[in-house]
Amino acid sequence: MTAVNVIYINGLGNVSPQKTTDNNHFLDEVNRTQSNRLACIEPNYRDFISPDILRRMGRLIKMGVASSRICLADSGCGMPDAIITGTGLGCLEDTEKFLTTLIRNKEELLTPTSFIQSTHNTVSAQIALLLRCHNYNYTYVHRGWSFESALLDSVIQLRNGRTSTVLTGGMDELTNGSFEITSRLGHWRRKPVDTFELFTSTSRGSIAGEGSAFFLLSTTASHGTYAALTDILTFNRKDSVKSLPSILSGFLNRSGIMPEEIDLAVCGMNGDSTSAKPYKELTDSVKNAGIAAWKHLSGEYMTSSAFGLWMASMIMKHGQVPEAAVVRNCGDRPINTILLYNHYLDLNHSFILIRKP
Amino acid sequence: MGNRVVITGYGIISSIGMNADEVLHSLMDGISGIGEITKFETIHKGKLPLAEVKRSNEELLELCCLKSKKKYSRTTLLGIVAARQATEMAGVKPGQSYRTGLVSANTVGGMDRTEDFYPLFLENLAKGKLSEVINHDCGDSTEKIAEYLGICDLTTTISTACSSSANSIMFGSELIKAGMLDRVIAGGTDAVTRFTLNGFNTLMILDKEGCCPFDENRAGLTIGEGSAFLVLESEELALKEGKKIVGLLSGYGNANDAYHQTASSPEGIGAGLAMAKAMEMSGIVPGNINYINVHGTGTQNNDLSEGMAVQKLFGEYVPPFSSTKSYTGHTLGAAGAIEAVISLLSIQHNCIFPNLRWTTPMKELYIRPVTTLLKDIMVEHVLSNSFGFGGNNSSLVLSKYNPR
Repeated sequence: MTAVNVIYINGLGNVSPQKTTDNNHFLDEVNRTQSNRLACIEPNYRDFISPDILRRMGRLIKMGVASSRICLADSGCGMPDAIITGTGLGCLEDTEKFLTTLIRNKEELLTPTSFIQSTHNTVSAQIALLLRCHNYNYTYVHRGWSFESALLDSVIQLRNGRTSTVLTGGMDELTNGSFEITSRLGHWRRKPVDTFELFTSTSRGSIAGEGSAFFLLSTTASHGTYAALTDILTFNRKDSVKSLPSILSGFLNRSGIMPEEIDLAVCGMNGDSTSAKPYKELTDSVKNAGIAAWKHLSGEYMTSSAFGLWMASMIMKHGQVPEAAVVRNCGDRPINTILLYNHYLDLNHSFILIRKP
Repeated sequence: MGNRVVITGYGIISSIGMNADEVLHSLMDGISGIGEITKFETIHKGKLPLAEVKRSNEELLELCCLKSKKKYSRTTLLGIVAARQATEMAGVKPGQSYRTGLVSANTVGGMDRTEDFYPLFLENLAKGKLSEVINHDCGDSTEKIAEYLGICDLTTTISTACSSSANSIMFGSELIKAGMLDRVIAGGTDAVTRFTLNGFNTLMILDKEGCCPFDENRAGLTIGEGSAFLVLESEELALKEGKKIVGLLSGYGNANDAYHQTASSPEGIGAGLAMAKAMEMSGIVPGNINYINVHGTGTQNNDLSEGMAVQKLFGEYVPPFSSTKSYTGHTLGAAGAIEAVISLLSIQHNCIFPNLRWTTPMKELYIRPVTTLLKDIMVEHVLSNSFGFGGNNSSLVLSKYNPR
């Protein structure tokens, strides 16, 4: 890849179940829980949003706007050339609110606020509105590829020569209603599980989570650059001819690197015994690399790979994996190349490759 | 010049026809799909009009040669019908060696089924059939369409309110231009739901008589449903395969109005930017546009804002324009793709379709829409507008294909 094609991650903003809103700290204090359901540690929104606007905003919008603000401030970018978001389920709280009233009131006496905010592109629209940003504004809504699609579009925009900065984010919120439904679908552990025992206790189901993470991507490096975003691939396993290792080597080949060059694999393992196999295949195919995981810290949700990319970017900058995220130690091996691998219910798989800038 | 993206197939299902031929005849004969609610269950029956697809879910299943109705939302079924027509026209088949992706769009996913699930669930969290709620997310219909068509490569979904499927067409083209895919089936689908009908009703922007876009006495929009898809291919591939090329996607642009969550700016800033970007990419000037298929929802706010932006951009010589939402209703997440297909029909058949139910010019504007069918008119470039909540404005330029 030539120099002009390098895309830099110049800013981060993350609202999550961990203390992640201050980029000067990196998981040095873990919010350890005994639960099957994690909720975001929300910042004081008044630090980011004026009270009159805040009053009307749904929860995911607040989380999204705050994390985007943290990200922009971190990067020093005032006006991005594009805003691209991904969300699996959008503003669920408002969707449920409008749907509930609609059913209870039998289509009468409804008010528009929750309907307006339920629209899937509300977060990216509110960010644009508050910035008065007239540029490209997109929202992807495809399950476990929502954030990845946003990232892929960002890469395309940054390589088309008309765009030099993109504010990209992934966000989803967990509500009581969605937790109940996904519990009944068997997505979560039936009993509470300790944060640090998610991967050692083998059982069906993961822990539910939520979060909003933003990235400022740029064609130029800055003094605060975290990593270079090298490549991204979304894939499924419908074409069962190709094994995971062969898909991986094909993916790495596009960037001219070998599997042995992966220093660290950041994986989306989630403690669900029925989801474990692909992660095992992947970690087996990068034998010399360290392994790190994030879902015991963030919980599982459709855009949790945004938390994963946040963690990978921080690891790259700090040069080491925080204790709480280590699954397999890579010893003293310097971290120059990180592979992020995630899958959602074995339906939506993705690779993201980042390298030292 | 870079590689061009051409259109080799399209499919459409809407209240004015189950396929492109039927839609064309309705457009030519001035037959609107807006009318009294027949199929859809709501308390607004008899009070608000709709532009329904006049087929039950069972009939749609049969049309798709599918058996079980459990797995499919109406949004999915409409999408399968349109996407299948598009791939058949373009000769896209599973197992061909080309990298083929699917980019779809919708606004509320499988909400039509969630609405059936929710009443029981509200009474008791342990109740309600899970099979009715698993189609809820917006990605579900896209996955089902991909499965139906045998698409294994890149699949994704866009949701930017009423500009959703114009944006999926743009992204489809970008994927081809970036060399990531050879072909993309791009479009959108949306079924009428109580959620959206009541949502727009709370905003008091539904016309009780049926929408009359760009009329002084317009009173709002009419909700419609449907789906449309285009098959986009790189020109190189289409020529190599000897495909019949039905049009060129020569330009597009997306911009944000950044004015208000639901209202457009009075001067149509975002709309103007989107149209200008699209024409710039297309390498044409406003004078080259032969027809504008306007967004034209029929709301006070949209038509004024869009009209002001058109006047500012085109000046004295505004080309013929019309809102075909007066036929199809506002099909929300499907609107951009449905209007892209209508634009292609205009190009292929050298005609411009009228804006129905228009009688009185808007007092703020000097422009007025086409109100009778214009035939035997050279249509080389069509500008198609789609604007949505959150100030999301998109414009496409669809052009007659001329080999280089």
